[in-house]
Amino acid sequence: MSELTLTVMRLGFLAVLWLFVIVAVQVIRSDLFGTRVTQRGSSRRGGAGGAPQQGGGRQAAPPQQRQRRGAPTKLVVSEGILTGTTVALAGQTITLGRAHDSTIVLDDDYASSRHARIYPDRDGQWIVEDLGSTNGTYLDRTRLTTPTPIPPGAPIRIGKTVIELRK
Amino acid sequence: MSVVTNTTTIGAIELPSRRNTELLLLAFAVVIPIFAYANVGLAIHGELPPGMFAYGAGFAVLAGIAHFVVRRYAKYADPLLLPLATLLNGLGVVLIWRLDQSERLQNLAKRSFGAFSPSAPNQMLYTALAIALFAAVLLILKDHRVLQRFTYISMAGALVLLILPVVPGLGADVFGAKIWISVGGFSIQPGEFAKIVIAIFFAGYLMVKRDALALASRRFMGLYLPRGRDLGPILMIWAMSLLVLVFENDLGTSLLFFGMFVIMLYVATERTSWIVIGLLMSVGGAVVVASFASHVQARVNAWLDPFGCYTTSGACEQVGQSIMSFGSGGVLGAGWGQGNSDLIGFAANSDFIFSTVGEELGLSGVMAFLLIYGLIIERGVRTALAARDPFGKLFAIGLSGAFALQIFVVAGGVMGLIPLTGMTMPFLASGGSSVLANWILIAVLIRISDTARRPAPAPAPSPDSEMTQVVRPS
Repeated sequence: MSELTLTVMRLGFLAVLWLFVIVAVQVIRSDLFGTRVTQRGSSRRGGAGGAPQQGGGRQAAPPQQRQRRGAPTKLVVSEGILTGTTVALAGQTITLGRAHDSTIVLDDDYASSRHARIYPDRDGQWIVEDLGSTNGTYLDRTRLTTPTPIPPGAPIRIGKTVIELRK
Repeated sequence: MSVVTNTTTIGAIELPSRRNTELLLLAFAVVIPIFAYANVGLAIHGELPPGMFAYGAGFAVLAGIAHFVVRRYAKYADPLLLPLATLLNGLGVVLIWRLDQSERLQNLAKRSFGAFSPSAPNQMLYTALAIALFAAVLLILKDHRVLQRFTYISMAGALVLLILPVVPGLGADVFGAKIWISVGGFSIQPGEFAKIVIAIFFAGYLMVKRDALALASRRFMGLYLPRGRDLGPILMIWAMSLLVLVFENDLGTSLLFFGMFVIMLYVATERTSWIVIGLLMSVGGAVVVASFASHVQARVNAWLDPFGCYTTSGACEQVGQSIMSFGSGGVLGAGWGQGNSDLIGFAANSDFIFSTVGEELGLSGVMAFLLIYGLIIERGVRTALAARDPFGKLFAIGLSGAFALQIFVVAGGVMGLIPLTGMTMPFLASGGSSVLANWILIAVLIRISDTARRPAPAPAPSPDSEMTQVVRPS
């Protein structure tokens, strides 16, 4: 066999081998972007029909209300079975209770299925409201009777679970 | 940081099953070994090898069967594991066939055993058997969580597998290492299978005990030190791997088991202290054993000075030849069939097969092979990350950790980075047990990744949403 053919085959084989590795890595790439951001409010208005957008929602519509300075950004469970769980506060209502569709599902005999909810009012102040639970929702030490604004760092107790809003 | 998430929903992308990607890569992975096979034939005999099309067709059929089984029974499995393993296995057979053609090795075999028998047909047979086993695992094991029930049985099973080679009458002492058993003319390496079985035990055990191991600890010098009684299992595994080292003269197996346990312990508890303790214990154990076991001593000497004892010790000569073959390969290699890695002589197509890659494909080929191994490991770790159940997570990390350790130990050994240990390069090296066990390992990883990537079933209807029955007194 001529030297030239063998040299070409030798280099050709290495090229093919590396091509395989590169193709395999390309296949992996699709894994790295495992989440997609779907626009809700703005795209519905724009008529785009909820088209999926990759890349962290760069073109998301401006928020409907301004985030207040020093407003809490997350809800942290500080006691109970779910200790350590955090939920980002992003303008949506958070429901707590034993019901499966609650934002935070409390597996606790002392909690009602729809126990309480936490929501922002018009100027971004977070409010906690007891939804007629059997054993009550406590803010600091007082049992809630009406929707009450949550002071920063105040513990909210539901059965064995304590949650706090933090920055 | 502006918070705009109130207008967006972040949800997981519905993962496509990706079976067609797998098929495409698989076709690629079948073509590359055929190319290599043709290349070897042209380089050594100056003509295309006669069995090229039969070999290629046979290999394609095997890959096709494996793909069909995955498509049918593990639809959402990772698309890369099967093609990567197929490519390595195919190139392994070509490497073994290439070494079969070497006159030096043929003469060596005739001198020492009286006759020469080629290893490539056997390897092909084992590959066929391994694909059958691969299919069987996927067919039988519908859910990897079933294995959790066999936690302690698999511990006993792994111990039996490890002890088998030292049982008199059953074990076979091959060149100092007692890691084989011979049953009816076949020699089996039980350690290869024990690797998978013991991963089941470690995963099941650590899943239950990880809180005790992680939380009950004292802080000392920046490390979380576990309680004395929690050290029990790690001491037991350590003692066991030292016993394997002492009685079976096998550095590789003991390192593999202990390392795998430490990796899984670290993943289960997230405590760095386990890694530190594990490293100290393995170094301590290795030093103690090396100081009185002559077999291990010879390996260490060959590692420290491969050319100093080149003419006096057989172990040294092999390591020296291996290092020279890597060196003479250079960056682009000598080309298939044109190297002299057969000078290694004994075990050239099993323990030292990676030296042939180094000489004939050069540094770039070695890097490509290591990357392919790395990709398999990466897919294993990725599977562990994606798995939803703690047992599956630990099991997948254990299997990929063992695979990674084995590659490190073998490749490091033949390159002179660490003392040679006498393990086989997964999928490349000649030997039935290794091929069978590694295909089972890939099948289990494929099963776990299938479960992990399968879209979650629709949530069960909530009992709270049922209509309330109103009972009115009539």
